[in-house]
Amino acid sequence: MTNHWVDIKNANLVLVMGGNAAEAHPVGFRWAIDAKINNKAKILVVDPRFTRSAAVADEHVRLRPGTDIAFLSGVLNYLITNDKYQKEYVREYTNASFIVRSDFDFADGMFSGWDDAKKQYNRSSWNYEFDEDGYARRDPTLTHPRCVFNLLKKHVSRYTPDVVSNICGTPEVDFLKACEMIAETAAPDKTMTSLYALGWTEHTVGAQNIRTMAMIQLMLGNIGMPGGGINALRGHTNVQGLTDVGVMATALPGYLALPHERFATLGAYLEGNTPKTTGRGQVNYWSNYPKFFISLLKSFYGNKATPENEYGYHWLPKWDKMYDTMQFMDMMENSEVNGFIVQGYNVVACMPNKNKSIRALSNLKFLVVIDPLSCETANFWQNHGEFNDVDPASIQTEVFNLPSSCFAEEEGSITNSGRWVQWHWQGAEPPGEGKTDSAVIAEIMMKVRELYEKEGGAGAESFLNMRWDYSQPKHPASDEIAKEINGRALADLTDANGNVVVKKGQLFSSFAQLRDDGSTECGMWIYAGCWTEAGNQMARRDNADPSGLGNHLGWSWAWPLNRRILYNRASLDPSGKPWDPKREIISWQGNKWGGFDVPDFTAAAPGSGVNPFIMQPEGVGRLFAIDKMAEGPFPEHYEPMESPIGTNPLHPDVVTSPTVRVFANDSNFGTSDQYPYVATTYRLTEHFHTLTKSARLNAITQPEAFAEISETLAEKIGVQSGDIVKVTSIRGYVKVKAAVTKRVKALQVNGQTVEVVGLPIHWGFKGAARKTYLTNVLTPSVGDSNTQTPEFKAFLVNIEKA
Amino acid sequence: MTLQSQDYLERSATNALRPPPQARDAQLEVAKLIDVSICIGCKACQVACSGWNDTREEVGFNHGKLDNPLNLTPKTWTVMRYNEIEENGKLQWLIRKDGCMHCSEPGCLKACPSPGAIVKHANGIVDFVSENCIGCGYCIAGCPFDVPRLNEKDKRVYKCTLCVDRVSVGQEPACVKTCPTGAIRFGTKEDMKKLAEDRVEELKSRGFQNAGLYDPEGVGGTHVMYVLHHADRPELYSGLPKDPKISPLVGFWKGIFKPLVAAGFAATFAAAALHYMAVGPVKPEDHEEEEKA
Repeated sequence: MTNHWVDIKNANLVLVMGGNAAEAHPVGFRWAIDAKINNKAKILVVDPRFTRSAAVADEHVRLRPGTDIAFLSGVLNYLITNDKYQKEYVREYTNASFIVRSDFDFADGMFSGWDDAKKQYNRSSWNYEFDEDGYARRDPTLTHPRCVFNLLKKHVSRYTPDVVSNICGTPEVDFLKACEMIAETAAPDKTMTSLYALGWTEHTVGAQNIRTMAMIQLMLGNIGMPGGGINALRGHTNVQGLTDVGVMATALPGYLALPHERFATLGAYLEGNTPKTTGRGQVNYWSNYPKFFISLLKSFYGNKATPENEYGYHWLPKWDKMYDTMQFMDMMENSEVNGFIVQGYNVVACMPNKNKSIRALSNLKFLVVIDPLSCETANFWQNHGEFNDVDPASIQTEVFNLPSSCFAEEEGSITNSGRWVQWHWQGAEPPGEGKTDSAVIAEIMMKVRELYEKEGGAGAESFLNMRWDYSQPKHPASDEIAKEINGRALADLTDANGNVVVKKGQLFSSFAQLRDDGSTECGMWIYAGCWTEAGNQMARRDNADPSGLGNHLGWSWAWPLNRRILYNRASLDPSGKPWDPKREIISWQGNKWGGFDVPDFTAAAPGSGVNPFIMQPEGVGRLFAIDKMAEGPFPEHYEPMESPIGTNPLHPDVVTSPTVRVFANDSNFGTSDQYPYVATTYRLTEHFHTLTKSARLNAITQPEAFAEISETLAEKIGVQSGDIVKVTSIRGYVKVKAAVTKRVKALQVNGQTVEVVGLPIHWGFKGAARKTYLTNVLTPSVGDSNTQTPEFKAFLVNIEKA
Repeated sequence: MTLQSQDYLERSATNALRPPPQARDAQLEVAKLIDVSICIGCKACQVACSGWNDTREEVGFNHGKLDNPLNLTPKTWTVMRYNEIEENGKLQWLIRKDGCMHCSEPGCLKACPSPGAIVKHANGIVDFVSENCIGCGYCIAGCPFDVPRLNEKDKRVYKCTLCVDRVSVGQEPACVKTCPTGAIRFGTKEDMKKLAEDRVEELKSRGFQNAGLYDPEGVGGTHVMYVLHHADRPELYSGLPKDPKISPLVGFWKGIFKPLVAAGFAATFAAAALHYMAVGPVKPEDHEEEEKA
């Protein structure tokens, strides 16, 4: 979230799209209700289904799964053609005025630079024109034909209400109603908050779904504002923390990059990852990249990291391609992997194409499952009849199931969607042989290190040089890890005048104290300040709210630097005056910025021309993404890989996203002649993923798998509520109960009727609920071009009475 | 053993000659206010109810809808009921938490023939005292909301207690404590009615002209009340009765049997007196034996 949970109460419009906040985040949804009751806010839900969120919304608007970009591009077109955007904000704080290179182009669904051999774009034309000093050229009058604003205007002009309606299946009148509600928040004293989750991410165009909304929020001047923002509601208790720590294929902690193999030296890596300032006089905070990275290497390798060995840079693995989970599953299917450690992750239930997952795990020599429960993954080799029809005798994978603890059985921090890093205390001991995850991993680490010491082998240096100075090496304590993440000075740090500002050994209070000369260590720069010399900031529990805006600076600690609303300098105009006096969270206090939030800015005075988006090298928010996205600098509607209409009405020759990675094993997609219905998977309030089917109380409230279908589809296939239906995709089938509902409806798309089949995902062949198939038998193994998040939200099935 | 209560206003099958204990000073009437317009149907209240009261339903089946368990049972004292209505092209999903309404004039209590099996506390809570329940099921017939459920195992009837054990020590009912959106509130009946007024006004401002409070007169008002967007048509909310009344049959048989009950009381008293005269006082040991049994 750019903002945070409590801040939702400040919104005038709560837009729930690409998620189902009431269903999946019922506790946080209290703030949407608060906005409704106390701020007279409206709630608008845009969703293929009439959801629990829709039940308490003022308006619900339907669209076809996988067409969010068309819908939102239509909104952008509406805002521009009806002059409903916040003009000064757009001119000053976005790249609307920036002039784009003359070789940039978009035609017939393709952007300039396509490399057909690599199936990727050469993105060099997706950039600004630079002047002789290396700064981007601008036209503040927004009249230059190649300024971003005019390119955007042209790009979205194709998404007229009738085109949107034709692609999305949304009745035009409903679409226009949504546009009007959204457009009202273009007023400087009105904000919309955008609440989204996996409903946007789990598409082959997932990241672009979110970008389109980010562009709308920039156009409306809603970024940096209390009650505004683009707010990802994270799905697990600590998945924001996981993202921050960088437990991903190409990431390092704090949104630093795992080195690509093309960076042979530390110097080349830093050169390649440290952006040059492209806006005259702008902050470009990422220019500090070397300080963050070298402090991280010092944290990893301690005294072993020296300037001579490039701080251990060569001990880091280098990547040649993205080793995301889908890549790994495919490599396993091709027998290219020996062993697999799965921690807190029910892979068989959660990855697409369950039958592929079973084939993949069956090809391993060993599988280690670290989990508090005995889940499907640890038991993938068991025959459960039709639900898991495997032959145990033919599976040679050795499985180790290591019991871990649940969150209440350990002490530590949990980072919520709003970036609050909250400390929690152990409530109970793990039962039986259960140990905390860190203890399990540490024990494996110590054993592997012992073997490396004795026997050597590939990668030995990475292990042997790793710093591991915990008081109990087999059981690192949470406070030790927290302080390691926060970082400390390795020598007295002095300012320009030679005064000591941080003493050797002291914990940092800010990442501004980090150095790139090896004198500082920091496990994750964005968390610097979470545990300072003043103690554990995450354990603070002062809920005072002097502004009444719910910023609660004394409650726990938020990254970065306890800042609650990112880009908050953008809540004021360039002269420092708040766009809305009721939402003045920061202000200029004579010689510095202060107020009810930690300013997201430098000490630059009002009117200095320094712009609020200090993490961008040009200082402004991007309506044009330059070269950062795989599919293009503007979002474009591409159909899901399995499309019910089999064409793209905008450009029939480019139906799906050209940059999607498809493995040879997975290239057989279903088509609408055999699989005529659009399926979408989702979660229910009664359960948490595939965890709570093991809990009796949750199992009671939703005991058995089902599929939601419309009354018209039920009639067509001769099914009544409670009957058993067989749902089949090209990858397999499940048999579940039919739930016939008015909340799902057929849509009119491109001249044909499209029915939607809703498939909750919570059940499986283990646990306390009714044993059944895993829903992910049906879903395709294909993901977003940027993130490789699988396309769980839009694929094709057939459905018949079983 | 339950702690004794000295604040009963009414006690089932009890003659006016021997009123319930009333030594304590008057308490304020309490009420639970359920605002269906901000209820998201998450079932946290259902789970909290089972959790606090240590009741575990069997794991059932899906019945082609979200409702589960499908109905109230001896172990499920509250359920969410979901109803989809479509009017003028607009779909509404009306979700209502169902359970005991804790009527001011409880039909169950009036119907109950077993002395002290159903009691009404001074704060308005209607509770079943299970040790006195004889499992006749008359309360089921007497309830205009179809709430009490007979447990075949122990032949006793169960329903929501409004967490009388929590309320009597100053806590809110478990469902109220757990409700994430604040759709279930608890306080004095007077405060809840004021809160409801604000909510109704807000709903009217959003175009729900018939929004209102459900606190039906026919049972003397209730201690569980609803804010409804369509108070003119409560039956839309999965059959909430428009004008609930105690079945005339309840009044009928009470009329016939009341003198008999009084006679029975007199007979019991007489028997006890005879017992005392013949055998002497009942010794404490006898009670201990009972408890062990």
